[in-house]
Amino acid sequence: MTTSELEALGQEIVANATGAVTSAHVAFGELTLTGPAGRVLQALTQLRDQYGFHQLVDLCGADYPERERRFDVVYHLLSMTKNQRIRLKVQTDEDTAVPSAVEVFPCADWYEREAFDMYGIFFDGHPDLRRILTDYGFHGHPLRKDFPMTGYVEVRYDEELKRVVYEPVKSVEWRNWDFLSPWEGMERGFAPTVLPGDEKGEGKA
Amino acid sequence: MTGANAPAQASDVGGFDNDLQLAEGETRIRKFNINFGPQHPAAHGVLRLVLELDGEVVERVDPHIGLLHRGTEKLVEARPYQQTIPYMDRLDYVAPMNQEHAYCLAIEKLLGIEVPYRGLLIRTLYDEIGRILNHLLNVTTQAMDVGALTPPLWGFEEREKLMVFYERASGARMHANYYRVGGVRQDLPEALVRDISDWCDHFPKVCDDIEGLITDNRIFKQRNVDIGVVSKDEAIRWGFSGVMVRGSGIAWDLRRSQPYAAYNDMEFDIPLGVHGDCYDRYLCRMQEMRESTKIMKQCCEALLKSPGPVKTEDNKVAPPSRGEMKRSMEALIHHFKLFTEGYRTPPGEVYGCVEAPKGEFGVYLVSDGTNKPYRLKIRAPGYPHLQAMDWMNRGHMLADVSAILGSLDIVFGEIDR
Repeated sequence: MTTSELEALGQEIVANATGAVTSAHVAFGELTLTGPAGRVLQALTQLRDQYGFHQLVDLCGADYPERERRFDVVYHLLSMTKNQRIRLKVQTDEDTAVPSAVEVFPCADWYEREAFDMYGIFFDGHPDLRRILTDYGFHGHPLRKDFPMTGYVEVRYDEELKRVVYEPVKSVEWRNWDFLSPWEGMERGFAPTVLPGDEKGEGKA
Repeated sequence: MTGANAPAQASDVGGFDNDLQLAEGETRIRKFNINFGPQHPAAHGVLRLVLELDGEVVERVDPHIGLLHRGTEKLVEARPYQQTIPYMDRLDYVAPMNQEHAYCLAIEKLLGIEVPYRGLLIRTLYDEIGRILNHLLNVTTQAMDVGALTPPLWGFEEREKLMVFYERASGARMHANYYRVGGVRQDLPEALVRDISDWCDHFPKVCDDIEGLITDNRIFKQRNVDIGVVSKDEAIRWGFSGVMVRGSGIAWDLRRSQPYAAYNDMEFDIPLGVHGDCYDRYLCRMQEMRESTKIMKQCCEALLKSPGPVKTEDNKVAPPSRGEMKRSMEALIHHFKLFTEGYRTPPGEVYGCVEAPKGEFGVYLVSDGTNKPYRLKIRAPGYPHLQAMDWMNRGHMLADVSAILGSLDIVFGEIDR
């Protein structure tokens, strides 16, 4: 599908969604929709029944701590009949639950458990919102940006107690090398035509 | 029992159905909860299944996963893009290069770079090697799960040869780290392409041998036919992909419907199942291996005919050649910048996916314009498949659990990430 066709599809979905989908934009050949978290079930149902996106390929969280509602919940949908993919994003925070999509797509079950485990996003109406990937008795939500890379506890086998014990992390703090060049303009894709300090040059970035 | 909230009586031990009036000569039957795994040879890794059994009939399955969780998605957020490729190998360690491919596709989409045709051919070739690696392991160990010991021995001999091809291209038998954004690490020597081509001539015979062992085997059929049936509708609703949908008769293959690499130029068929049971999925995998061999043969022929670059010549993304680096100042700077800072991607989000042997392997990448991914979500095909263990096993016998698990094609590296 070309960009203009995707844009037309996006506009059509926004127009028909009565507010459950508020915006559509196309980037890198992919259509992204956004909508209010409270009405995500309406949006998903409509996308499934009206537009044929009958498979939920993926559901995941993403964390933007500087935002007021810090979490994104991202749904990737696929239509096998139209050979078309679509992405739906809603925003939420630590306290507000997003309606669970299990009713619409049963496979959302484990994906929502994972988003809860990794980010602490709550899903309202989920049948069994337990942790899934982290250890039994784990504290915290590891994929949040404010969760340290090394975590808080480490495990070792205690020879005297004859069992595995948890202890606060003693190892060296994770060294996050920042190699980012202060020379803006070296990056691809959005390079300015002139490098800083190179204004008299030929204007090649 | 007086009501739902009544305190448990001494006789009210879990599992007893106390409402039931016993007839003369009947005894109360208690449901059993048993642990399957995490160290069970048929659990295909570290899977713990909590099974609720009524006699020998499975009533409920609760898979406990995460015992191999390594925090890949967290780790990659702190590394420049090119350092993440080895992590991709360690997801589905049975077919490592297919994962690298999805990751590279996502970044290439973000950067808008083209891969030279020879690079695409090599990727196609090694994706198919990965597919055969995976199917050989799955088909033969599934046979082992239901009692046959010879197929794994025969299959692993061929896997060994394929791993040597991995090694001759990348230096590593499993964790290849061979694909690069913009192509592959280095070109294949002609002798290797010829050897792969020779292997393709001999492999269908091995397929015949393995099929001769198990396809018509009475025990194998008794254990797999009509076990773990998935309807078309269920396959879609539960987010299945790959052989799990094709075994149910849905003609869906990303290599055909959303072609990437050089699949558009390849001739191959997509085998479909009819009944959606474990046996049909096995047949699909066997046939897919033969189709993969055809694709590999075509790739080898094309590779022998078309020399050329294997990765993009854009030195902002792909490092210059070693020789050039010794002579050209600009190449040296590029090399230095690439291996310290790496490259930056424009801000935005993309989803890149490939038809991995197990199904759709996808990478959802959010970039904030720096040299590291802001968020990288790995969509592993085994994750929704394993989720279906509960309803697929209900009503089956305990012994069928391992047959169904085998046909789901589970590898914990990708599920636990």
